[in-house]
Amino acid sequence: MKYVDEFRDPELGRILAAEILAAVEPGRHYKFMEVCGGHTHSIYKYGVDDLLPANVELVHGPGCPVCVIPMGRVDDGIAVAREPGVIFTCFGDMMRVPGSEGSLLEAKAEGADIRMVYSPLDALRIAKQNPDREVVFFAIGFETTAPSTALTLKRAKAEGVTNFSCMCSHVTIVPPLRALLDSPDLRLDGFVGPGHVSTVVGARPFEFIPADYGRPIVVAGFEPLDVLQAIRMILGQLADGRCEVENQYARVVPYEGNQRALDVMAEVFELRPHFEWRGLGFISQSGLKLSDAYADLDAEVRFSVPGVRVADPKACQCGEVLKGVIKPWECKVFGTACTPERPIGTCMVSSEGACAAYYNYGRFAREREVV
Amino acid sequence: MAESIAASEERSPSVGRASTAASEERSPSVGRASTAAPISGREEKILGIIETARGKRGKFRDERINMAHGAGGKASQSMIEGLFVPAFGSGTLEAMGDAGTVTVDGAELAMTTDSFVVKPIRFPGGSIGDLAVNGTVNDLAVSGARPLALSLSLILEEGLSADDLRAEVEAIASAARVADVEIVAGDTKVVERGAADQMYVCTTGVGQRDPRAGMATDGIRPGDRILLSGTIGEHGTAIMLARGEFELDAPIESDTRSLWPVVDALLEEAGPSLRCMRDATRGGVASVLNELARSSRVAMLVRESAVPIVPAVSGASEILGIDPMYVANEGKLVAFVAPDAADRALAALRSVGGCECAAEIGEVRTEPPGMVLVETSFGGKRVMDQLVGDPLPRIC
Repeated sequence: MKYVDEFRDPELGRILAAEILAAVEPGRHYKFMEVCGGHTHSIYKYGVDDLLPANVELVHGPGCPVCVIPMGRVDDGIAVAREPGVIFTCFGDMMRVPGSEGSLLEAKAEGADIRMVYSPLDALRIAKQNPDREVVFFAIGFETTAPSTALTLKRAKAEGVTNFSCMCSHVTIVPPLRALLDSPDLRLDGFVGPGHVSTVVGARPFEFIPADYGRPIVVAGFEPLDVLQAIRMILGQLADGRCEVENQYARVVPYEGNQRALDVMAEVFELRPHFEWRGLGFISQSGLKLSDAYADLDAEVRFSVPGVRVADPKACQCGEVLKGVIKPWECKVFGTACTPERPIGTCMVSSEGACAAYYNYGRFAREREVV
Repeated sequence: MAESIAASEERSPSVGRASTAASEERSPSVGRASTAAPISGREEKILGIIETARGKRGKFRDERINMAHGAGGKASQSMIEGLFVPAFGSGTLEAMGDAGTVTVDGAELAMTTDSFVVKPIRFPGGSIGDLAVNGTVNDLAVSGARPLALSLSLILEEGLSADDLRAEVEAIASAARVADVEIVAGDTKVVERGAADQMYVCTTGVGQRDPRAGMATDGIRPGDRILLSGTIGEHGTAIMLARGEFELDAPIESDTRSLWPVVDALLEEAGPSLRCMRDATRGGVASVLNELARSSRVAMLVRESAVPIVPAVSGASEILGIDPMYVANEGKLVAFVAPDAADRALAALRSVGGCECAAEIGEVRTEPPGMVLVETSFGGKRVMDQLVGDPLPRIC
């Protein structure tokens, strides 16, 4: 595939891997967090970690939109989905996320009309095709997906679609990163910055990471060469004694972000005072809700939502995994009680979740040579 | 929690140091897999527990049937292994082949059955009628049986247009002619509007075991080569695009066809060196390899760059975020061949019309048993596991 294969060239990969090996100080252990679940997925899918020296460790961060949705929020979604006359729409990955009493997939099997969509516009189309039904879109994701939800809501308002509403669980990227950096049990040498989010917010919002916390960050793309190059660039900063925001993904990410996307988000959304994150707890000003101008399209206004806070299952260590404190396999229930087909924690649900990615792709023990 | 943090910090730096020294000694092999971190004893132990758990027969514990049970992945497998096999278990069913065996006066007959609920019923490259014939014919063919006869059951939804029914009857008749099988029995039911979606088709097929075949689902040996009869992912991709959910347009047609000529050519050339065959339908090539790796207690290594795929399918998969190795085919088989016969078998495959892209995609190994590994085209290695859920229901 043109313009894709170029970023997966194994020969260039070997050259970058050699440069990385040359750049690491022997005897020093490096811990870098890839913030975004898309990176985690790429790293496992292409076997990128196979090409890294042993003393460069990648820690999987909180940037998987499905992984961070708390159980109570799933319960709220199921409660709305069970309301008479409702067609509840969500992205496919969300269907298997466990709530306290089952997932949306199970609620669907029990009779709720829950449909998978690929875009919020699909949900709006369903609303227009079913004027006698209430269609609710369960919106999740970081700033990457929030603009498309915002545009859909704008269109619904402009077209006067009254049977459409949005249950907004959008979150923002900077507050959880700050929360992680404030966490005393976290030791990181640098960050592979989230590429897709940055196409919207730009690279500038990450300047606090070098400025306030003294850690380098390189915003990176999602092809395997992108990830390797970003690691090479972080190592370069460390070797030079620099500490700054660099943009490896300049072919897509403008340093100042996408102003039009930011404008439409500002119009449609406002910050919640606080939002609960799976495993990370409440983080202030980290979630989005619909602004007053769009309150009539807010499913939480239109329906009665239980809004009960459900504690994460005791055995589940998603929080520690998200913070990079433990590796997926170090969780007490990893691979035994918690598997992709019966996930306990959300890290096991989405293919971008650190646990699912490790279970699906990384389980093969690297040192057990294949005979 | 404090306990496990302390534990992990104690462990990881020492692991890191030990292998850094090792990798320096091996510095000529820069960027090779050998520089990756070794795993600790505890990780090794946990991986062992997981592999043991995977090797066990699935338990059926779900309270309700959901779409994943029909997707051919782990949920389907636990329903089959945990409910159907214990209930009906007989020698031939437990072998979990594509067709069972019935012996009548010393004559070995193969028998199989399949239901087709594809939506939409017509799609580029075929229709539900083509699938209903070819799907059942192919299950017989890959079991080493020459397809002889089919039965046909139709479940029709009230209100189905007669033209749609006529078109599918013609498709069935034509596919049966091409596959050289006779439709010898049939049944029709009509259900109320909404109780079915347009039409469902069930076919049962009988075939005669070919004397040249000596195959078994547990007959695969380390060293065997894995052959694939052509490009992957066309059927599933054609269906996804035909549903119009993605607003993508690409010239991709279903690959539905009878595989008997392909099997015939392989049996003629490789005969007893042909260990096992499967048609890579629902769940794709990845699911076939996983099932067989488990049943034969072997490992498989697939070279991603060797797997044939047309650019339109790889492009659509890329956009949709789907791995084409898990996408359904309706006219492709995977064959396991003893190493000394592999080249001849591949040449025989390629000589069959429509199989010009056939390729050797990997080989069978011993360790780790039950696992399928992929050497990515980027140079890394990873597990290619069974499919868990299915984002794309009803593709056949």
